[in-house]
Amino acid sequence: MTTEEWQIVWFTAWVSACSTLVILPFGVALAWLLARGCWPGKSILETVIALPLVLPPVATGLLLLKLLGRRGVIGGFLHDSLGIDVVFTWRAVLIALGVMSFPLLVRSARIAIEEVNPRLEQIARTLGAGELRVFCSITMPLAWRGLLGGMLLAFARALGEFGATIMVAGNIPGQTATISLDIFQSVQLGQDAHAFRLLGISVLLAFAAVWTSEWLIRRRGQ
Amino acid sequence: MADTAEGAVKLVLKKIRLPLAGFVLELDLELAGRVTALFGPSGSGKTSLLDLIAGLRRPESAWIELDGRVLTDTAAGVAVPPRLRRIGYLPQDLALFPHLSVHQNVLYGRKAENRGSELFTLERIAEVLEIEPLLDRSIGELSGGEQQRVALARALLSSPSLLLLDEPLASLDAQLKSRILPYFLRIRHEFDLPLLYVTHDRFETLALADEMIVLVNGKVAQVGPVQEVFSRPANLAVAGLSAVETVQPGRIQKVEGGLASVAVGQVRLTAVLPELPAGTTDVHVCIRAEDVILLRDASVSSSARNQVSATIRTLTNSGPLVRIELECGFPLTALLTRQACEELALQPGEQVTVLVKAPHVHLIPR
Repeated sequence: MTTEEWQIVWFTAWVSACSTLVILPFGVALAWLLARGCWPGKSILETVIALPLVLPPVATGLLLLKLLGRRGVIGGFLHDSLGIDVVFTWRAVLIALGVMSFPLLVRSARIAIEEVNPRLEQIARTLGAGELRVFCSITMPLAWRGLLGGMLLAFARALGEFGATIMVAGNIPGQTATISLDIFQSVQLGQDAHAFRLLGISVLLAFAAVWTSEWLIRRRGQ
Repeated sequence: MADTAEGAVKLVLKKIRLPLAGFVLELDLELAGRVTALFGPSGSGKTSLLDLIAGLRRPESAWIELDGRVLTDTAAGVAVPPRLRRIGYLPQDLALFPHLSVHQNVLYGRKAENRGSELFTLERIAEVLEIEPLLDRSIGELSGGEQQRVALARALLSSPSLLLLDEPLASLDAQLKSRILPYFLRIRHEFDLPLLYVTHDRFETLALADEMIVLVNGKVAQVGPVQEVFSRPANLAVAGLSAVETVQPGRIQKVEGGLASVAVGQVRLTAVLPELPAGTTDVHVCIRAEDVILLRDASVSSSARNQVSATIRTLTNSGPLVRIELECGFPLTALLTRQACEELALQPGEQVTVLVKAPHVHLIPR
């Protein structure tokens, strides 16, 4: 392993973890609304959230590129008023990973929350607890395993993201190069040894994340 | 605490309407009893009604007022959230928080502010319900009966002004039931707290309630004092539910060798002594009509402990059976086959001897 390879591994793990943490509050809030709420347009929103799971990742990437580019709605605003460029920076990687792993997080969190007996929350309310207290003292402690499992799944999904990332972030060595982008490029250039070392690392990382997530989900039933 | 007289609840339910699977819950009621039983078969809307009162479910229309405080008024868009209603709720599955200890469960709803009442303190409630030794345990380590008491303690510690109980004994076996029932009686006596008690068990109703509401398919079939509803059911549906024909107030005079001697008016009956709270003397004496045996000849000796002479008042045919109303110092109902009735040539106004075995005289504390 060269220093450059370690740098790529470190960057990929770091940006995946960050994207998971950034989407966490939104994902949990949305999962709670979907699990407990009943409101118009709920099924539409559910479908929209699930779209990145089934759309070609490159298509999602293209959509993000249009939104985040300097002439896009969001990118234009960020550039003009805050002077922040998104596309082809690490920020673009973070956003691409977050968008692609969001559905997995919401899905797992929603299942975890739905498994909490709503009667417990109702009785907590009759005992004088407000919504925030019910969420923190009843819902969360009973759903945390499923939530953590969902976070690990989202993290694992982010580690391997390729299509959307290459559209919005390119593959700039030292800046936006992740494990998957770099494996693709090194194979193109005939640097097989380099590609296989990264392959080994990504297998290890993915195995650890998925195995822990499965373990958490299995333990929940006991 | 609510400052109503002697813990009587003033719960007003008006224009209640809630469509449920297969029927509509629809009623207008005013409750003034200390302990009210909400009596009815499964699936008659009893739990849904409790949910409406606690604010856990939205009705199509409703006007709910507790001790002068409007909790729900759909017409004016008023819906006080459950946490501000001060209504304790003991659901059928108890809903104990599995991740918290018994102690944490019990204290979950304790009010920080002093309500000028020493009534609902942990010490007092733990003593009355005998849960002190359980406080350090986890919920999973409790037996069924212990869970009942812990859930009850948790509801009481939130110092409610009304306690809703949803079939609290339904999941327990008969033996455990008779051990838990005294705790509910204690709640009734020790705390100045009105109870609305859902059940489909006539013995629980008799043991606990002053007043009862019979709910059938979402509609009120009858409301009134417990004894009156059981002895004078308003219609066949209520009669079918109550199923005990004779319910009379009695007083235990003597207890000896597991048998109780009970005075009902001028008549003395012998009953097998059930598990009663210590010191119970006032009881309901319940005799089912099919357990009553009639004799023409009073000189026959019999193993039945109770032998009383009676006058036949009326005979009513009901299918293969004849329902006989008797007067033996108190009104008593007997159910005989038509064949037996013809063989004995029973006629109104005639004297007969009534036999009832001691185990068939059920005693319920009142």
